[in-house]
Amino acid sequence: MTTPIKVLINGDTFELAASATLADAVALLQLKPPFAAAINLQFIPNTAYHHTLLHDADQIDLIAPVTGG
Amino acid sequence: MNMYSEKTPGDALVLYGQTFASRLLLGTSRYPSPGVLQAAVKLAQPAMLTASLRRQNLQAGDAVPNTFWAMLAELNVPVLPNTAGCHSVQEVITTAHMAREVFGTPWLKLELIGDDYTLQPDTLNLVDAASRLIKDGFQVLPYCTEDLVLCQRLVDVGCQAIMPWAAPIGTGKGPLNPYALRTLRERLDVPMLVDAGLGLPSHACQVMEWGFDGVLLNTAVALAQDPVRMAGAFANAVQAGRAAFLSGVMPEHNSAQPSTPVLGTPFWHQV
Repeated sequence: MTTPIKVLINGDTFELAASATLADAVALLQLKPPFAAAINLQFIPNTAYHHTLLHDADQIDLIAPVTGG
Repeated sequence: MNMYSEKTPGDALVLYGQTFASRLLLGTSRYPSPGVLQAAVKLAQPAMLTASLRRQNLQAGDAVPNTFWAMLAELNVPVLPNTAGCHSVQEVITTAHMAREVFGTPWLKLELIGDDYTLQPDTLNLVDAASRLIKDGFQVLPYCTEDLVLCQRLVDVGCQAIMPWAAPIGTGKGPLNPYALRTLRERLDVPMLVDAGLGLPSHACQVMEWGFDGVLLNTAVALAQDPVRMAGAFANAVQAGRAAFLSGVMPEHNSAQPSTPVLGTPFWHQV
């Protein structure tokens, strides 16, 4: 059995399976559009979620539209 | 409700080849309620609405619908996403790509902050950020200072419009450096929108009289006691200033010049 990984999502720690993808993380959090994702400050297009493997200590940002000036 | 509704035919704002009926761009933050924002937008009829991106509330999941997103769709005004809060070129690039995916638009208000106290743009890295974004296909409206050389460099790398500040964001001080702003207007032949620091409709009117092509506002409307009425006041001021610029202002004189004809003045006699 492989060791789970720990990732930071929006600053909070989550434990995921070693083979987890970004799509798995999004599904776990039950997020619905509109949102966008970045891993370690690199934009990940939504078409790539399923084949983007997560790694231990990855920092994931999931962001949504808000008011702005 | 617009008191001055006359618009000069053929005098539309053109940015990156796209035509806009209004020369007012409006921010969407700090309003007392979503309903007030909505009413202000409907009255002012801005060319674009700015919006931003922030981390999702993971605890909420999908339980809380994004009401702002729904409102944007209902208002049906073009959205100008910003990169507010970014402090590095990489943060800007990543945020820009995320914004393009979420909002479905290549338009971008480029904000790269160099100082948190004044929210002054990072003038040393802004050109690099703009250059990379333009190569990535974005239509970049950079929030910048009134520095002539900086603005020239932004145009050199492909910015087809620029947005110099009047004063630091949210201060409402109005144009702090009229000389530099007017010099900028005289020297560069691209659309320029004054962004940030305007507090009064007269500030907006003033910069429009100087020949600026539009203004971007947020706090001056949102924090007014009656934001909806103030949105209308700014819309009128922008139109009045534009009309004044197109009319050509009279030359200024140091001595008085009677407006009533002197010839035939009664009771006049030579002393």
